[in-house]
Amino acid sequence: MKLKDKTLTLEGELTKFTVTASLREFSQFRNETIGKIDMKKVTFADSAGIAFLDEIYLSLGENSPALINMSNEIDNAFKTFSSLDIEKVVVKKTISIFEFIGNGFYKWRNSSKNAIYLLADIFYWSFVGIFNKKGQRKGSVVQQSLFIGVDAFGIIGLLSFILGLILALQSAAQLRQFGANIFVADLMAISMVTEMGPILTAIILAGRSGSSIASEIATMKVTEEIDALKMMAINPIRYVVVPKFHAITICIPLLVTASTIIGIFGGLIVAVTYLDLSAIAYFNRVIDVLTLKDVLVGLGKSYFFAWVIVIIGSYYGFNVKGGAEGVGKVTTQSVVASIFWVIILDAINSLIFYFKV
Amino acid sequence: MKKAIISVKNLVAKYGDKIVLDGVSVDVYPQEITVILGGSGCGKTTLIKNILRLYEPYSGSVKIFGKEVTGMDEPEYDEILSKIGMLFQNGALLNSISIFDNISIPLEQHTNLSAQIIEKMIRVKLNLVNLGESASSFPSELSGGMKKRAALARAIALDPVILVCDEPSAGLDPLTSASLDELIKKLKKLLKMSILIVTHELASIHRIADRIIFIDDGKILFTGTLKEAKMSKVHEVETFFRVGKFD
Ligand SMILES: Nc1ncnc2c1ncn2[C@@H]1O[C@H](COP(=O)(O)OP(=O)(O)OP(=O)(O)O)[C@@H](O)[C@H]1O
Ligand SMILES: [Mg+2]
Repeated sequence: MKLKDKTLTLEGELTKFTVTASLREFSQFRNETIGKIDMKKVTFADSAGIAFLDEIYLSLGENSPALINMSNEIDNAFKTFSSLDIEKVVVKKTISIFEFIGNGFYKWRNSSKNAIYLLADIFYWSFVGIFNKKGQRKGSVVQQSLFIGVDAFGIIGLLSFILGLILALQSAAQLRQFGANIFVADLMAISMVTEMGPILTAIILAGRSGSSIASEIATMKVTEEIDALKMMAINPIRYVVVPKFHAITICIPLLVTASTIIGIFGGLIVAVTYLDLSAIAYFNRVIDVLTLKDVLVGLGKSYFFAWVIVIIGSYYGFNVKGGAEGVGKVTTQSVVASIFWVIILDAINSLIFYFKV
Repeated sequence: MKKAIISVKNLVAKYGDKIVLDGVSVDVYPQEITVILGGSGCGKTTLIKNILRLYEPYSGSVKIFGKEVTGMDEPEYDEILSKIGMLFQNGALLNSISIFDNISIPLEQHTNLSAQIIEKMIRVKLNLVNLGESASSFPSELSGGMKKRAALARAIALDPVILVCDEPSAGLDPLTSASLDELIKKLKKLLKMSILIVTHELASIHRIADRIIFIDDGKILFTGTLKEAKMSKVHEVETFFRVGKFD
């Protein structure tokens, strides 16, 4: 590299192996005026070499030099690899805190608006769908009930039983100290019926069915199946969501009832083996203690849990962005969101009954 | 001059802030095959989806059968949809049900035909696309080209007045692609269909196109008959017809 009469002469190959050294060498000429860059002795240039030329070019600012004596080959390489004509990649501008908050609020408002529309749509079409099955596949409610209800029964049953055992065991030691053994039945009955049965079922359903609803809808969305349904004048909500809504509405009371009963049975094991109660005494106490209100509250809120799971699963599914990766993302988000909202609803429900009764 | 069956005026389409179509005006005439051309990512699929209301256009007007469809009521638009068949770029068959059931959906949705008639119609359509054997298969059991053909069978299940195809022959071998072109031409003639097709294949364009719409960078660069297109002096169009590639 030589500078003479305002002409910079480059030599040899300009490649990814040489340009680092060349740039270093060039830095000594940075403040000189350079009118021309003589390329005569350059034998070869790859894309790194051309990037080096671009770099020189730009670093010299306004008085950019002319490239002279360029061989055809190098000229072609220059035309192909030079970034000078390419528009700068627009870098996302950083935004101020106010913009950030404003954007967040705007997005939040939009997404809640969409969620409310979806909710209204789902309730409307689910109601219409009871009487008019048009736009639904034959047998889809049965199929969904099998998936949501029957297939989930095993795991819900097992976990309820274990939960019943644990609850009873935890309290048995305390109760025994006071000779209040029989109250384990009260505890099991009330807690399973009003709280543990519904919430356990809802959380398992959120994990099983909520995720499958979100991922199914999201997949249909990214593979354009949703668009295809629209093109056949089929409302995607009626075709995809309504059968699931009906199925979960049918299944949830059965699952919650099963979960509750199995959990109480779990308590029975502890009552009989550890607290020396008879099974008959235990069950009599359970039945005495329960009121119709407890049962209705437990079942009632489980419907809300079920609907929240379907609505949140659908919301995330329909709002998927991107391809396969997006499907995984919304599936996770929907499970987290539905468990969150199930627990929030439960808390609200408890507050209402706490203050009213 | 014939009256347009689809007429788009000043359509602007956006994804978020990004303008993809910038004031596009297009006419599709009855019983013609109109080909939409343009490089990858120039907005062809977006144009089709905006015309068919799968996306709400940002602004502009879309008329189908002479009626403005932007903002039209659901039931009235369903009526129009029953006369349109659409083949999506990736087929978009419903994955959870068989090919046969996929094709029966539009028939069951829009007609009161008996199960026997529906079955016959499905068999005929499957035969037309050479998929007679695969009726009971599921989409995941078919090859990419077979899925495309099955999706075409679904698109023509109702003998639509307008058929829209997004790259029907992409991913097919030349022979299958040629036979698909023959089928499309046959449909145009037998069923008096108006067909809107996105395709890049020069051979296919020479075989079937009546009219060309050339999109570049969100704008219409050229519209006219195939003959006019071949003689066009517009640089991009000329290059495409010379070498079959986009500039
Ligand atoms: N859902 C979407 N969200 C955001 N941008 C999108 C979306 N779909 C398409 N785009 C963008 O819009 C532009 C046009 O896309 P479009 O699918 O219409 O292209 P195309 O002409 O059909 O291309 P191809 O020939 O590859 O199918 C592209 O730049 C793409 O990145
Ligand atoms: Mg496309």
